[in-house]
Amino acid sequence: MTAQGIQIDRKWRAIALTPAAVIFVAMSLLPVLNLMAMSVHEIKWVAGHSVWSYVGFTHYRRLAEDELLQAGIGNTAIFAVVGVTIQVVLGFFLAWAVSRIRSGRTLYRTIFILPILVPGILIGAVWKLMLNFDFGLVNGAIGLLGLHPVDWLGTRAWALPSVILVDIWHWTPFCFLLLLAGFESLPQDVQEAARIDGAGTWTELRYVLIPMMMPVIVVTFLFRFVTSLKVFDEIYLLTGGGPGSATEVLSYTIYRTFFTQDRMGYGAAMSIAVLFGISLLIVGSLAASRRYGARA
Amino acid sequence: MNPWEKRAVPAFHLGLLLVAALVLIPFVWIIAAAFKSQISLLLGEVFFTPTLASFREVLFSRSTEFMSNTFNSLVVAAGSTLVILVAATLGGYAIERLGTPRWAVHTMLGWAVVFHMVPPITLVAAWFPLYREIGLDNTYLGLVLAHVAVHLPMALWLMTNFVRDVPIELEEAARIDGCSTPFLIWRIVVPLVAPGLAATAILMFIFSWNEFAVALNLTAKQTATIPVAIAKFAQGYEIKYGEMAATAALSLVPALAFLLFGQRYIVKGLTAGAVK
Repeated sequence: MTAQGIQIDRKWRAIALTPAAVIFVAMSLLPVLNLMAMSVHEIKWVAGHSVWSYVGFTHYRRLAEDELLQAGIGNTAIFAVVGVTIQVVLGFFLAWAVSRIRSGRTLYRTIFILPILVPGILIGAVWKLMLNFDFGLVNGAIGLLGLHPVDWLGTRAWALPSVILVDIWHWTPFCFLLLLAGFESLPQDVQEAARIDGAGTWTELRYVLIPMMMPVIVVTFLFRFVTSLKVFDEIYLLTGGGPGSATEVLSYTIYRTFFTQDRMGYGAAMSIAVLFGISLLIVGSLAASRRYGARA
Repeated sequence: MNPWEKRAVPAFHLGLLLVAALVLIPFVWIIAAAFKSQISLLLGEVFFTPTLASFREVLFSRSTEFMSNTFNSLVVAAGSTLVILVAATLGGYAIERLGTPRWAVHTMLGWAVVFHMVPPITLVAAWFPLYREIGLDNTYLGLVLAHVAVHLPMALWLMTNFVRDVPIELEEAARIDGCSTPFLIWRIVVPLVAPGLAATAILMFIFSWNEFAVALNLTAKQTATIPVAIAKFAQGYEIKYGEMAATAALSLVPALAFLLFGQRYIVKGLTAGAVK
């Protein structure tokens, strides 16, 4: 859209686009191209400078056999699918409940969005204390119920469910917020018509509210799904990917390969593969949300 | 509301209060841990005599780096927010109102969507070797640029949407009166998108303040931000729970302040960023 009949200010258009474009080129495009170049080399640091030797596509071939990466992909997929599904369902009912009440809405919203705004690493610290085997509040509480304490973060069976639980605590509020905005923008007359026709609460929910909310639900799910693939901070503090590879997630595998094992060429190949895979998922999600979701 | 629902309102409140408690208890627990002595923390005591020992250790002890961490976090968050606001406002305006060719708009917004969603660690892997070659690692400038690159996509997305809501008639009138483009942006567009700008500014500041994966790998002792410091307490041979809790409690301050004084901007920014 441009002001019609008025000549476009080409000089200022170029000036206005420059800062964002420079950052795009210098901080995204060039580094990713460099990453591609790195991914076909073996890289060593000698006296503060990198020495590259060409190795072709060996790094990429090795990716296919990397068990840690496979664990990372598998865990990230479980983490995202299970975690986000529960977040959206819980967020939906929370938003529904808040949209039904008159007083106290702002208070609930204030409390619920707190976890979104605090550092992810703080969430890790909070739950490291809550889930501690010896003095955590969770074990204290189940002790009162007469149950044995559980080593939530230290046993293979419980570690992944525990970090998923932390993620649910962290991000359900975000789903709640988006879905509440959805509820608040629904037309009132359809709901009134349903009531006049004698629809009860569950009938209204099932046949009026859920269908009308479906576009927002889809967008919320897809957005959270793709962003949950980023997870790093909480895992870093809570489990470090362990025990074994029980909570190994993609970001952590890259971090480990690139920064703690110093395998930069191989880590670059892994980054490129992950960037590519997630970009495909993003494009797929966008197409899906255009088709089934809301265009607010 | 139907009669059944009127009767159900107390049940709604009961459920919501329960959830509110589930949200708040972990925060209360870590703040309580920050006021506990080492012994009462390790015993998991629910009732305890509060002490300021952990805060004293974090704020005033000889070995503490909290003040320098806070300063670093403030510099990086303020610096990156400022750069992002300028780049996103100008960029959003150019995309929306200056007749930028479609391919350029699609490239910019496509970049914004993809790089808003990819894991930042993949980008850190891309920056790290370049930074080391040109000496940008462990500098404010390096981390500011990195945070700009990670968060500008969302800001550009937000500002493009906010500029779209500015009535075009106002701009046309201003143009007919002979307004130049910079004057138009500064005197007409910026004041009209001020609420959106505030929403974007608050979110960008919070995101940078909270950011960990990038800061962890691009900083060292002199430039480490608060999240990096919190992680360090939890990482050592012996976990320093008291200091970790006290630093974590202090890191909550900006989020709480923004939540109390700028909540409607936060809600506006978060919902516009995802749904629009």
